[in-house]
Amino acid sequence: MANFFLDNKDLQYHLEHPLMRKIVELKERNFSEAKTYDYAPQDFEDAMDSYRRVMSLTGEVCGDVIAPNAEGVDHEGPRVVNDRVEYASGTVENINAVNAAGLSGLTLPRRFGGLNFPLTCFVMANEMVARADASFENIWGLQDCAETLNEFASEEQKQKFLTWVCNGATCAMDLTEPDAGSDLGAVMLKATWSEQKQTWLLNGVKRFITNGDGDVSLVLARSEEGTTDARGLSMFVYDKRDGGMKVRRIENKLGIKGSPTCELVFTDAPAELVGDRRMGLIKYVMSLMNAARLGIGAQSVGLCEAAYREALKYAHERRQFGKDIIQFPAISEMLSNMRARLHGARALLYETSRFVEIYKQYTHISHERSLEAEERQQMKYYNRLADAFTPLVKLFASEYANSLAYDAIQIHGGSGFMKDYPCERLYRDARIMNIYEGTSQLQVVAAINGVTKGTFVEHIALYESLSYSEQMQPIVEKLKALRQRVEGMIERVETINKEYPQYKDFHARRLVESVGHIIITYLLAQQASEVDDYNSDAKLFLKLTEAYIASAEAYINSSEGEDVSLISEVQEQY
Amino acid sequence: MNKALKIVVLAKQVPDTRNVGKDAMTAEGTVNRAALPAIFNPEDLNALELALRLKDECVGSTVHILSMGPMRAADIIRDAIFRGADGGYLLTDRKFAGADTLATSYALSCALRQIGADVIVAGRQAIDGDTAQVGPQVAEKLGLPQVTYAEQVVQVKESSIVVRRRLERGVEVVESPLPAVITVNSSAAEVRPQNALRMMKYKYAMTSSEIAADVESLSAKMAQKHDYLKIVELTAVDIECDEQQLGLLGSPTKVKKIENVVFQSKEAKRLEASDEDINGLMVELIASHTLG
Repeated sequence: MANFFLDNKDLQYHLEHPLMRKIVELKERNFSEAKTYDYAPQDFEDAMDSYRRVMSLTGEVCGDVIAPNAEGVDHEGPRVVNDRVEYASGTVENINAVNAAGLSGLTLPRRFGGLNFPLTCFVMANEMVARADASFENIWGLQDCAETLNEFASEEQKQKFLTWVCNGATCAMDLTEPDAGSDLGAVMLKATWSEQKQTWLLNGVKRFITNGDGDVSLVLARSEEGTTDARGLSMFVYDKRDGGMKVRRIENKLGIKGSPTCELVFTDAPAELVGDRRMGLIKYVMSLMNAARLGIGAQSVGLCEAAYREALKYAHERRQFGKDIIQFPAISEMLSNMRARLHGARALLYETSRFVEIYKQYTHISHERSLEAEERQQMKYYNRLADAFTPLVKLFASEYANSLAYDAIQIHGGSGFMKDYPCERLYRDARIMNIYEGTSQLQVVAAINGVTKGTFVEHIALYESLSYSEQMQPIVEKLKALRQRVEGMIERVETINKEYPQYKDFHARRLVESVGHIIITYLLAQQASEVDDYNSDAKLFLKLTEAYIASAEAYINSSEGEDVSLISEVQEQY
Repeated sequence: MNKALKIVVLAKQVPDTRNVGKDAMTAEGTVNRAALPAIFNPEDLNALELALRLKDECVGSTVHILSMGPMRAADIIRDAIFRGADGGYLLTDRKFAGADTLATSYALSCALRQIGADVIVAGRQAIDGDTAQVGPQVAEKLGLPQVTYAEQVVQVKESSIVVRRRLERGVEVVESPLPAVITVNSSAAEVRPQNALRMMKYKYAMTSSEIAADVESLSAKMAQKHDYLKIVELTAVDIECDEQQLGLLGSPTKVKKIENVVFQSKEAKRLEASDEDINGLMVELIASHTLG
């Protein structure tokens, strides 16, 4: 009887964001499909009504089916039987439920049987699924692979694979190998063209592949013999029904145990080339990874929500010294900080989703017709924001997922360390989130350019220029001062870096996180200006931001160029 | 199974009595419907699922909902359509108001004569009255065989249906000629979720009264334009009945008083010596922290 959408006012708030009007109009191309499809919206309000209904349906499936299955799925886990993955029984039930509810192909075009929903709704659905069972989000969320096919595959491939995904086919992206993890340019799995069979054949091994036995796989493979770097890699789409791929083993993991992490062996497995040769890593995987990072952002926020709720519930139920432990400031202080971080991460998640969405929609429109000058400019503008914000949301949300899960156990005390409460599963599940789809360290590498090239600071200037409620005015004033201090930190780092090349890397995380804190505070201040409920979140988050920047600033100001040698020392040890 | 069946599901919108608060009853001792959310009677959802599975099995079959109630009972018909039903009939008229099981089954049976059905499926009982009488009474009035406490349809033959019943001390498989009335237990399969595509396609399905109540809205305009969005509304006149047997007039049942029954001994529970039952008990004891 639980509904993960209707019980979450914060989610509902984000669905109603003013930018949704622009997003819906882009996505629905002026509602032209209403004539062709009986389920297409007539106008903006009609579309929003459908989104609310389907999000509520998703929330119900999450609350009534997926969440109650989570514990069993965690215990049972998937297994390999005759070279194939068999999911835990709860996972099978989950898959049947989401398919019966028609939640596959959520964002895909109607001509393939999709719902043509905005990315924002997909992110929201991912978040709810992750709150119910993070391991199932991995399986369900991988339908996002189809978006990459929708962008780059041929019409024939789209007809075949997208239609299948809309009918519930599960996906996988087969990128990493034993010697190619973060460094995907080193991928060795071979793709060779067979004249005889008139198809590409895949040979080699993939490792750490989430849902590796999915129906449709996007495989990164070396198609250019004799090459050793990224320029020899192409993207292939593999149909499991064609055979030639075996699951050798699945990993025994700390968390997300319901999600099968596979080692795959390809032996003359037939596959189709997607897009152009040599563009596999450079173009298609980059697109795939950006989408996947946003997906992990959603998964992380969903986990934050679950952790916060578990902690809040326990704090209201547990009595010590004659009262509920929530009455103790030490506990309520933790919980209010958890809530501020949860709402902050979510604010950043949906802000980013909107940027990515608008950019993607202009891209799709540009495939149909040439864009007007102004549209081209908009596309570039949102592309830049999407590229900068995506690593930021992955970084913040996944680190918060870990810290909230940690705090949730802390609030449970000794009971939290036992297997009796869900918080221990959340703690284990969260641990991968700041690792996979690019570690936090790599997110910093991806985001630092946004810091030093001005994207973030320019966007903060835009936030500064918006109007805020009276209550939020003092916060905005403080944020302005903080922004100036961060600009000073950036300048110092840039200056010293000229002489000591690793200095920027040394402090990159501090800079990225300083900027991120300011952005999140602004987003919460905007929300608080509209809805009073967010006042305390904004005020509390400002304090986190002030404290973070004070510490980062002190560190950077006391750190000289020579300090680079302090971090290089460990390179020689061992 | 190739037999195309015309299936009608009897469903009722009921106040949600599962989470009763202190304002659930009025001072007069009747149910305070305003304080309790109106829901799809739970066992009628089991009945709907059984009907939809029958439709999946027997190609060409249709499933329609028949419900008696006020205008807002159209909500459960829409709900059923979102889950896979083809359409629905709402029996609504002031003359039906205040009906006990006898008057209800009379009105339903008159409507069913008009609609016609090969299989009539209903939930075992509704959570507001708990009588379990309406389904069997409908069968009697229509002169049809009835299979009560059904859990699953085992097989559909040319002119009969094989059904598994869940009884107190076991299961029973029976064969009944068609047409027949089947009432379904909560131990039957749970209802499938609503489907996103169907929900978007049919969200503006309405009865003629609902359309008339808000003619200018987008939903009313859509419902008027498309036949598939029309929920058939039936009044006393439409079902050719004897009005003396309807509603309060046709209801011999009189409620003299309502008592709050308090159980003296603690709740008892019977467990079988099966792994499943023992496992269930362990889960319950761990959840309540009696163990562990």
